[in-house]
Parts: sequence; structure tokens; C-alpha cells
Amino acid sequence: MDISLNEDNRDILTKDGGRLAKVWGLMAENRLAATGLIFFIIFLSLSLFGAVTTNGTNPLFNPETVRLSDKLLPPLSSATLANMLKSELPPLGIYILGTDDLGRDIFSRMLQGAIVSLQVGFISIGISVILGVIIGGIAGFYGDRKVFGPLTVDTIIVGLIDIQLSFPTFFLILTVVALLPPSIWNIMIVIGLTGWVGPARFVRAEALALKGQDFVLAAMATGMSDIRIIFRHILPNAISPVLVSATIGIADAILTESALSFLGFGVPPPNATWGNILANGRNFIFDAPWLIYIPGIAILVTVLSFNLLGEGLRESLNPKLRSG
Amino acid sequence: MISFTLRSILRKGITLFLISIVSFLIIHLAPGEPSQIDPLNPRFTKEDIVRYRAAFDLDKPLPLQYLSFYKKLFSGRLKSFKDNLPVLGKIKERFLNSLPLFVVGTLITWSLAFPVGISAAINRGGIFDKTTTFMAYLLISVPGFFMAYLLILFVVNNFHVSVLGMRTFGMEDASFIASFMDRVWHLVIPSLLGSLVGIAYLSRYVRSQMLEVMGEDYIRTARAKGASEDSVYYHHALRNALLPFVTMFGMLIPAMIGGSVIIESILAWPGMGRLGYEAILARDYPVVITLNFVAAFLVLMGTFFSDLLYMLVDPRIKL
Repeated sequence: MDISLNEDNRDILTKDGGRLAKVWGLMAENRLAATGLIFFIIFLSLSLFGAVTTNGTNPLFNPETVRLSDKLLPPLSSATLANMLKSELPPLGIYILGTDDLGRDIFSRMLQGAIVSLQVGFISIGISVILGVIIGGIAGFYGDRKVFGPLTVDTIIVGLIDIQLSFPTFFLILTVVALLPPSIWNIMIVIGLTGWVGPARFVRAEALALKGQDFVLAAMATGMSDIRIIFRHILPNAISPVLVSATIGIADAILTESALSFLGFGVPPPNATWGNILANGRNFIFDAPWLIYIPGIAILVTVLSFNLLGEGLRESLNPKLRSG
Repeated sequence: MISFTLRSILRKGITLFLISIVSFLIIHLAPGEPSQIDPLNPRFTKEDIVRYRAAFDLDKPLPLQYLSFYKKLFSGRLKSFKDNLPVLGKIKERFLNSLPLFVVGTLITWSLAFPVGISAAINRGGIFDKTTTFMAYLLISVPGFFMAYLLILFVVNNFHVSVLGMRTFGMEDASFIASFMDRVWHLVIPSLLGSLVGIAYLSRYVRSQMLEVMGEDYIRTARAKGASEDSVYYHHALRNALLPFVTMFGMLIPAMIGGSVIIESILAWPGMGRLGYEAILARDYPVVITLNFVAAFLVLMGTFFSDLLYMLVDPRIKL
């Protein structure tokens, strides 16, 4: 392994494909991370497939069709063909993952819920990362400016971080979500607004370390604007820890959303989410255990894949952690 | 040492003040302001809004609202909407119920995470390391509510004990041992659930700290000197790996309080988390808002305590 790898990883955002390929190669070596990546791709395609097939006026998989004759059927059981309209039949005539207490097809509902998890994960972490980069960039770059007496910009932002870390996030999110009108956007925004600390810290640390370096001074001397310096010269250097914390943040966001749905504060019904499928299923824990196992395992596998992927990225991007 | 303590107290004091402002401002998120009443939101009835305005003095200017909120809170005049009991008293009672869960949960976390993390670091790359690494990711990724049901099903089916609530109903006349074991079962399951995430994070943290320290020069020196492997690990490495580790003490508290909402709701444990959930369902805003403040205060106390621990452990501060 050559010594220059450290430098290579630093500008993963640059056009050079060879460096990116190296990170890919390292990811592939790490079996856990590769597994995570594979499961992530499966999850991504399933949720996109679900978004297409469960929406519209006459969807292929209808998650809302109620079939009272077919309630609480175990996975892979076939539909009772008698007294059922053609439009009510599940595709292939079987319920791949069974049905719930209203005879709704769990497979369709899981498909519909997948996109919710995906959306919540990516959009809320997108908000966190944007916010974190801005706050962290300001703290690192303008940190020593005085605002008010001895108070510097950096003191204020570090104080903000302290406040955010003192609130038990889940309880705060639950409070805010319960106070606001129920909608998936509110959930995503609230999860996003509480997750900025991680990215902000990394960007701040990197900006502090790089501010006095020659290449930043040179950039300043050429009259480059501060914003351009932050985004072109400092951010690319902080990108690997931010990427890692974002990946793990997605896992946390999916868990938080499913927990909110489970408690009844998630996406309003009849829209299915993995959390509320499980919440419905707990009333039939002995009659229909698959109503708990299917969404539970789906959440577990998805969250696990993001966590493994994040850890794999961390190891591939940070040469210090690599063995050998 | 004294100046460190004083600085820490000052810092926590300022943070606490700011936290009190933030938790107070949460009130204004609810559509209780005259301009923001949302007629389409079924969660707010007219009576709710009137009650809400009266409880938080929403017609006064903002700084006065803040002062009167905390004055009411600490004088016990801030009453729960649900049963008209003083909010702080209610929270105190539930906090005392949650305390055993937090204490036992912390004990389980620490006593499992330490040995697992240390042996994983010593056997780096070995089967034990790989298994515990994967287990840690599994524990971080499993939804708490799913795990709770799995654990309930497992314990109830295999050990035939009851686990919901703080004790089994109707066990008052049972012998001392039977009722003691009953209490233990009821306590262990929620504590264990509350500690799972902590075990995962902490064991990973111990492992990485150990690995970092083991790469230091003085470890090589100790080996060169002829110290036995055990002495190197436990005498030289572990002691130094412990240093930044006390900070985790404060960091684990928020997760435990946040997690207690779900665990206590499922296991019917009458603690703080369940109080929060019940209050949110009942739209009992004084309780909900105060709980956020109390929880943040507890976290702050935890981090203060870990600052003090840090001072005791790190000789550099003792000057």
C-alpha cells in the first residue's frame, strides 16, 4: 500500500477516477461493507419499484385494497378466488408476505413503506448535512471573529452544539412532531434539524486545521471569495468524515421514523410505513407473528446495511484504521 | 483543579440557561398563537387553545412568558392538564421509577462493554473480534420496539414469567423470594433493552481506544522492557485507554432517556419515558414541555459528573 494514499483519499471529489476506483477496491475488500452496499442497492431498487407499482389510480400492487375474507393469512397463501372482484386480486393470486387484519396485502404495503424510509433517510440527512456544513464552516472559518464582548463566533456555535447534545433527540423529535400537524415533511425536517451536530463538528475541525495552510492563504491572496474557499478548498478535505457520518445518520433517521410511526406519530394513515405495519401487527402477535417479523426484519436489514456501509466507508477513507 | 471545576460549573450553568430558553420556546411551535391556529388540525380544539394560552400566559410579551413559566414551574403552580397535579411532582415520581432502569441499564452496559471491547482489541481480526463487531452493528440497527417484542416472546415462552409493569399483579402475599425474583425479572428486561445500544457503542469505543493506545510508543517500551502481555494490556494500555472514555458516561444518558419512551411504553413501566408518551397522547403540554427541560437537565448533570470523573482520572488537570 503506497504512502500517497492518504493524499489520494483527501480529494475523493476531484475528477480523477483512479482514486475513486481505489476506494471502491478497498470497499470490496471489506466484506461487511460490500454486503451493506449490496443490501442498500436491493433496498433502493425495491423502494423505487414500490413507488412506481403502488401509486396511481390502478396500481399493480394495491396496498389499500381491503379483503375481509382474506384477513391474517400467512405468507405465500393464495387468495380466495370466490366472491372477489378481479381488481381486488393480488398479482399472481398469492399473498407473498401474507395479509393483515383487514386483508390488505403486506407485500404491497411493505413496498409502499419502503419509499417512505428511503425519503426520510435521505432528505432528513440532506438537511442535516447542509446545515452542518454551513454551521461548521462558519465556526471554523470565521471562528475568531468577535461578536459581542469576549464572545466569538466559535464560542457561540460550540454552545449551540452543547445545547443540541443535551436534549435527548428522540424525545425532542416526538414532542415537536406531536405539536405540529401530521405530515411526512414535518418529520423529515425535524429529524434533519436535530442531526446537524456530527457534520458540523467534522467540518469545523477540518476548517480550523486548514485555515492557516499555504494553499488556503494562496487562495485568499488571489482574491478568491470566502464562500468559494470554503466550498472548493476546505469542504473537499472534510468530505470523508461527513460522508461517513451522513451514511450512519441515514440509518438513524430510518430508525427514528419507524419508531415514530410505531408510536402513531408518523406518516398519517392509510399510507403504510414499516413502523406502522409493525404497530398494527402487535395486536396479533400470537395469531399472525409475521406481521411483526416482516417489517421488523426489513427495518433491521436496511438500517444494518447503512451502518455497515458507513463503517466500510470510514475504513476505506481513513488509512489509519486499515490493518496491513 | 478548583478553577477547572468552577469553569465547568459556569459552562454548564450557561448551557442550562440556554436550554431553559429552548425548551420554553417549544411551546410556540404549537398552533396556539392567535395567528397560527390551524382550523384543519383535529388535534386542537378551541378549549385546548384557551387552556394552552392560560397555562403559558401567551398574551404576555415573550420575556415575561419565559419568567412566569419557570416561576410557575418551580413554585408548583404549573399543573398538568390531565389531573391537575403539579408538573414537577409528577415528573419526580416517574423519574424515581425510571432511576432503577437507568442504573441497572448502565451497570449492564459497562460490565458487558468493557470485557467485550478489550478482548476484541486484543484479538484484533480474530473470530471473536469479527463476531462482536457484527453483533454490535446488529444491536445498533435493530429497532428498539422490535427487539422488545422479540425479547418478551422469548422470555415469556421460555421462562414462563410475567414481564409487563413493575411487578406481577396479585403477588402481594407471595413469599419474599418469589416476589423478589418477580421484581428482578420485571426490572431486568427493560434495563437490558435500554442498555443494548449502549453496549454496542461502548464496546466499539473501548476497542478503538485500546487499539489507538496500543500503537503508542510507551506500549512498545513496556514490551521491550519485558513486561508480560497481560501487564501491557491491563496496566499500561487499559489505564490510558480509559481517559477519554469517561466522557461516554455523559453521552449515553440522552440515548437512554430517549429510548425509555418506547421501552417503557411497551413494557408498561411507569417511568419518565412513558409519562412523556402518555402526556403527548393526552395533549398534556405542561408535562411534555417540562419533560424536555428535565431530560436536558439530567443530561447536563451527567456530563458534569463525567467532567469531574475526567478530572479524577486525568492527572494533567490536577495541577
